[in-house]
Amino acid sequence: MDAVKGASRSGTLPLLLPALVFLVLLFLYPFAYGLFLSLTTATGEVSLANYARFFSDARDLHTVWVTLQIAMPITFINVGLAVPFAYYMRHGMRGEKLITFFLIVPITLGTVLISEGMLTFMGPAGWLNQLLMVLRIVKEPFRFTHNVLGVVISLGLQGFPYAFLMLLGYVSGINPDLERASQMLGANRWQTFWKILFPLMVPGIAISFCLNFVMAFSVFPSAVLLGQPSGPTRVIAIAAYQWAFEKFNFNAASAISMVMAAIELAVISFVLAWRSNMYKGASMVGKG
Amino acid sequence: MKDFKKISVRRMTKRFGEKTAVDDFSLEFCKGELVTFLGPSGCGKSTALNCITGLIPITSGEIWIDDECIDNTIDKIPPEKREFGMVFQNYALFPHLTVFENVAFGLRLRRIRRADIARRVDTALRLVHLEGYAAKYPAQMSGGEQQRVAIARCIVLEPRLLLLDEPLSNLDAKLRVELRYELKALHERLKVTTIYVTHDQTEALALSDRIVVLRLGRIQQVGTPAEVFSDPANLFVADFMGFKNAWTVKVESQREMDGAIEARLDAQGIPLTARLAWPRGDPRRELLASAQRKGTVLRTAIRPEDVEVGTAANGNPLACLATLVEYQGQVSQVSADLVGSEPAEPGLRVDLRTASRVEEGERLAISIPPGKILLFAPTETAAEAAGWTP
Amino acid sequence: MRGKPRFSSALFFAAIAAYVFIVLGILLTVVLNSLSKGWYSGVLPPYLTKEWYAYAASDHDIPSLLSVTFTVVVADVLIALLIAFPAAYVLARQEFKGKGLVLSLLLLPMIVPPMTYGIPLAMLCYKFHLAARVIGVILVNLVPIVPFMVLVLMPFIEQVGANLESAAKMLGAGRWTIFRKILVPLTVPGILTAGILSLVKAISMFDLTYLVAGGRSQTIVVALYADAYAAGSRPPQAVDALAVIYFLIAMTCLIISLRFVSPTQMVFKLK
Repeated sequence: MDAVKGASRSGTLPLLLPALVFLVLLFLYPFAYGLFLSLTTATGEVSLANYARFFSDARDLHTVWVTLQIAMPITFINVGLAVPFAYYMRHGMRGEKLITFFLIVPITLGTVLISEGMLTFMGPAGWLNQLLMVLRIVKEPFRFTHNVLGVVISLGLQGFPYAFLMLLGYVSGINPDLERASQMLGANRWQTFWKILFPLMVPGIAISFCLNFVMAFSVFPSAVLLGQPSGPTRVIAIAAYQWAFEKFNFNAASAISMVMAAIELAVISFVLAWRSNMYKGASMVGKG
Repeated sequence: MKDFKKISVRRMTKRFGEKTAVDDFSLEFCKGELVTFLGPSGCGKSTALNCITGLIPITSGEIWIDDECIDNTIDKIPPEKREFGMVFQNYALFPHLTVFENVAFGLRLRRIRRADIARRVDTALRLVHLEGYAAKYPAQMSGGEQQRVAIARCIVLEPRLLLLDEPLSNLDAKLRVELRYELKALHERLKVTTIYVTHDQTEALALSDRIVVLRLGRIQQVGTPAEVFSDPANLFVADFMGFKNAWTVKVESQREMDGAIEARLDAQGIPLTARLAWPRGDPRRELLASAQRKGTVLRTAIRPEDVEVGTAANGNPLACLATLVEYQGQVSQVSADLVGSEPAEPGLRVDLRTASRVEEGERLAISIPPGKILLFAPTETAAEAAGWTP
Repeated sequence: MRGKPRFSSALFFAAIAAYVFIVLGILLTVVLNSLSKGWYSGVLPPYLTKEWYAYAASDHDIPSLLSVTFTVVVADVLIALLIAFPAAYVLARQEFKGKGLVLSLLLLPMIVPPMTYGIPLAMLCYKFHLAARVIGVILVNLVPIVPFMVLVLMPFIEQVGANLESAAKMLGAGRWTIFRKILVPLTVPGILTAGILSLVKAISMFDLTYLVAGGRSQTIVVALYADAYAAGSRPPQAVDALAVIYFLIAMTCLIISLRFVSPTQMVFKLK
């Protein structure tokens, strides 16, 4: 597009330098260091002992299952709900600003505050249970906190807005004439959605899913505050943290965090493979 | 697909809040004809088109196909059930589907048999000269090719009405001409009833059986290309169709001559004789008469091509001084000041086109055949006279 | 396109209403609880009191918490801008070998779990005596913020159009002049947006700070977590009092930022 692009190559390196230094010092080096630590024992020999230990320790290995059990469903729910909501609001709607504001609030306030607040609001004596009992939906207070459900709800409260707003942006970028063309060719709303809009949303859905999953799988403070960190909600991040800062075995901790990364990478690769499979055509969704 | 004889739009109006985009639009389309909605941006032509498709709800009025009312603002048949085809300005091809799948889209929805789909898609692609493109994706194709796919996608369904919303506007000039020929050929061949929307008068003249000229939501004139071209209904249509030289004139005298009116006019001191072929009973005769009686002014309209350079026996002989000459190859477009008008400065400007060589600053003798001078009321539309503003 | 009320729109609004109810409920409960006395059951507390705030104030050095939070957040945003802006410029404007690689590496922190690089990073901070100090917290939080900023800035820089710089060059401007008089002024909206979005995000960032913060280098969110975690040792109302303080700060920043930025921008490419 621009003949000037690339011409002034001499300027590239100095401008990138701060970012490269930052990357190397604060990210790549620690990452590599962590990898190294995970492959060494306390005495300094290289071995897979840390990984072996993790996979053989039933309690620690269980954290993988626990975390997946929490992260996978909620990610599907978040993205799965976000799709129809984004579709519904794709042409804009009344009160859009207000709705988006409320969706932004949990993201802004962060996990800790939401978890802390949920403890009271959704506790046995909290307003939610009071309301449910008044409406006779439950007979006695329902357990929302100090269990897996609480963690899942908090991930939903924060994850859904992410997924929704991301998808909304994506859907809004699809040429509205495509919908009209589909209508004129005889498709009803449902057919237009499945045959035209959904396939074009797939890249956005994929990214949304990946980012949501990463966030859910790395869950930490809400698993501690809202869950039962010693039992049903002992997620893999807790295990890593405990080995590092309670038992001071950084080798073991690093191994666990590498396993975390590997699992996330596997899921992301899978999702991206699905996306490539779904969307064989060129990705021109712009207007004209 | 049901056969039909005519589509009639009755007093269709579309309002967006305070603004009226289409005002009291009434028209009948006969089967097989190509009607063009022509007008500048904002004249409501696209809105009118979209109202007919059903993509936009109408504020008042009705749309009928033969004896069936398809829209009366209360009940309406949704766009997907009307069996109309629409071609969009930006093609609107489904980017994730191949050309074949794009064209087959409507057929698949109607659950046509696979073998028939393949056959029909093939025929449609052949009609638009895109054999061999079936496996390509839209992003791999040029604008002109994409538009042809869009056309194929519609005609493969044998729609009862084909609607095209400025389909050539996004294409470069050469492609536009090429595709215009193809559209004309296609229409001759298939004879699908078509509504075509454009702001380009050349396209309208070339393609249409009838032209509907729109301005600010209102129909200005409906007629064949020849009618709209030679006998515009008002100053706006005349200007849009290429008439220039809209001089303010007073009517000095008029007389009947061989079924036409010969009027002597005064254009700021310059005498002109016009011969107006208005039959008896034509309301314009009354306009002329009252202008003469009351001394009110009228406006002329003369095509630049009709102004002849050189002296001629029957014309209005005038002299002018060329101020701007634009060489266009075959002809030159010349802007000149008429000599002899009062006040002398600035003179009346005449725009003419001529094959003769003209230099800037050259003094020219020109003549205007009386039959080529049109006369109109000074206000452009009745609506504007009533004070209605866009 | 259709105005008729439908089942799906009723469902939509019911869902939004439920969501808003929960969010408001959470916030109101926290606020009310922090002002309550003897609220063990019932819809509203029987008494209101300000004692929990006094408790929290005596329990924590609130001014220090606020100043640390403020310092960390502002420092992070400013340093990140200095790193991210030139990088975003190069990535938006120029093609070079390895561009894809650099971009992927830069976005990696957004995909890798914080624990994975956080734990070794924390270790290194301890090693270099940077942990338990404000500087450590600042450094650690840079990792998620810089990639985010690059992503926000790139479209703004692309928008400015390379031909403007070409025009300036033809008129005789040197690189530094172009930077000062063309690029920066025109990207001010982008810088503002990136800065504000990062500011709001940084206030709530927990995971990494938690790994390196010590006594006097805690941000307010970390202090809140610590309080909530040690649930037994402190009255929950006092914890909520601290929560309200945090909440007020975060909300103020959010509301101010919404004057400059639209909510959608906070999320698209956020994280």
